[in-house]
Amino acid sequence: MNIFDSLISGISLGSIYAIIALGYTMVYGIAKMLNFAHGDVIMVGAYICFYTFTGGLMSFLPAVPPYAAILIAVVVCTLLGMLIERLAYKPLRTAPSLAVLITAIGVSYFLQNAALLLWTSNPKVFPSFFNFGGNTNIELGGLRISYVTIVTIIVSAVIMVALTLFTSYSKTGKAMRACSEDKGAAQLMGINVNTTISITFAIGSGLAAIAGVLLCSAYPTLVPTTGSMPGIKAFTAAVFGGIGSIPGAMLGGLLLGVIEIFSKAYISTQLSDAIVFAVLIVVLLVKPTGLLGKPIREKV
Amino acid sequence: MKKLLAILLAVCLMAGLVACGETATTETTETTETTEAVAGAFKIGGTAPLTGPAAIYGTAVKNAAELAVEEINAEGGIQFELRMEDDQHDAEKAVNAYNTLKDWGMQISLGSVTSKPCEATSTETYADRIFALTPSASSTATIEGKDNQFQMCFTDPNQGSASAQYIADKALATKVAVIWKSDDVYSKGIYDTFMATAPGLGIEVVSDTTFVDGNDTDFSVQLADAQANGAELVFLPMYYTPASLILNQANAMGYAPVWFGVDGMDGILTLEGFDTALAEGVILLTPFNADSEDARTAAFVAKYQEKYGEIPNQFAADAYDCVYAYKQALEAVGATADMTAEELCDLMIAQFTTMTYDGITGESMTWDASGAVTKDPKGMVIENGAYVGLD
Repeated sequence: MNIFDSLISGISLGSIYAIIALGYTMVYGIAKMLNFAHGDVIMVGAYICFYTFTGGLMSFLPAVPPYAAILIAVVVCTLLGMLIERLAYKPLRTAPSLAVLITAIGVSYFLQNAALLLWTSNPKVFPSFFNFGGNTNIELGGLRISYVTIVTIIVSAVIMVALTLFTSYSKTGKAMRACSEDKGAAQLMGINVNTTISITFAIGSGLAAIAGVLLCSAYPTLVPTTGSMPGIKAFTAAVFGGIGSIPGAMLGGLLLGVIEIFSKAYISTQLSDAIVFAVLIVVLLVKPTGLLGKPIREKV
Repeated sequence: MKKLLAILLAVCLMAGLVACGETATTETTETTETTEAVAGAFKIGGTAPLTGPAAIYGTAVKNAAELAVEEINAEGGIQFELRMEDDQHDAEKAVNAYNTLKDWGMQISLGSVTSKPCEATSTETYADRIFALTPSASSTATIEGKDNQFQMCFTDPNQGSASAQYIADKALATKVAVIWKSDDVYSKGIYDTFMATAPGLGIEVVSDTTFVDGNDTDFSVQLADAQANGAELVFLPMYYTPASLILNQANAMGYAPVWFGVDGMDGILTLEGFDTALAEGVILLTPFNADSEDARTAAFVAKYQEKYGEIPNQFAADAYDCVYAYKQALEAVGATADMTAEELCDLMIAQFTTMTYDGITGESMTWDASGAVTKDPKGMVIENGAYVGLD
């Protein structure tokens, strides 16, 4: 495998991590909580998309074209995210962060097992949405790049820019940043903290649906645990890039993918995960806030 | 007002989720009691992945065992009562399922269908002195050191050496790549003996790469390595789920070597949503050929197809053989259904190590004291979305 092929494989894998990491980091940045259920919302999104596309979601619904299936998945996941936030996280708003973290793990298991009951664990092969003219790849100067990779990179870049602009300039975005800095002060300034956090979850879960579709388009096996491992890797990527930082998630995701593929290609296929996590440890030792994370000054 | 909205939202969503599950739930609520209770029948039980990633195997075993039991019961001689419990290809769930079967009063066992669960349940059956003949759990650990554990399928080491032998005999390739799952006993067992046998047969392993659970979606590196080293054949000792991804990604890369799988590859054609064109030309080594002209095999295939609407795979054939082997053994020793599991266990051990059984997965099979079977593998190739015998 030559170095360019490895790089492209790394970027395709990394772009998937990046798009999942964006959702993680967004929720962490605003609500200051690790939503471990994010990976499972991704899985739900992929299932909804799969079933609406193949027409098996509800017997009276016809099969819909891909774009509509993706849209439905986004809407369902947004609602699901809001629902999870309302039922599981909102009552714990004033609880210690450890309680919220454990709840998030609980939600993650709940979603996995609900999916197991509803859709069984028989693997589904996800349809390939991104083939143009019967081709899933494009040849560029002797290199073969899949359309899914290109779409994923573009989509994650667009989302990254959009989120950055949204949090910097829009009124809701500014409210989000205010909440993330100091909930109490934000409330005193007339910001509805609860609504703002709900909106954050809605956006994060909507992104999860898109990530789910792209994840399953790239690696088309869909089972109820599809989201869990990529979820953990993406979380690692978010920490790597500096959790809370939107461009950091993108950078972290891409780097993680490239490191994983390079260590597989040039060192050992058996040790690739160990190497990836070792790199993470080294980065965190040198720069505890991650690559693009801002150091937080504690005011006394 | 807001609370009301939240509740409404919750109800809507649950309704939606339940509705999408409608088609699926009918599959999961299958009864576990597979044949009717018969007076004076031997209670035969086993655990199988009836749902989950290996469900294709479990369902095949359950269907075929059920078919065999019905045939035997209809003949009027020895009577069987069969019960299969779901283990979801999980060792812990398999032990729970085994305990359910023990409470039910199981006298002889079909073990478990897949290797990891069977290693767990075989320890239990060994301790409880219940004789077990597994149709398809092929790892050596399943039978090692357990005198009452027998296999109907080849052991993994056997599959590895048989694969190397087959590749050499048919001159399929001299440069071979192996992609295997390093955290799976099944895969590692086959890999180890393949690697030990291949060099002596003039097969050069040019690429040797692995993957593990949780890192089993991206195979670009492994495939590129095989391609770069000029492998003409890629040996895939694994189950069909990762294999389907490998075929998919190799196709996207434009890499088309000869694919060579083992019995875990069986089932790839029935994977939901899988484009069977990708599996075109895949060779797999199995002891059963549904196309065979043998009269018993043809009759079995026809009956199975009529009853379940699909062509039986090797797992189904192994299970069918298991039930018939039991019939032969029980008749030979003159066992009666009121015997305890322990009495039957001793009789079966003595019988299986001395008898010869002719089944649909092989002629004149014999078992050695370790519980491993001796029979010949057959090569199969996938053509136009169906398995076709190579020999």
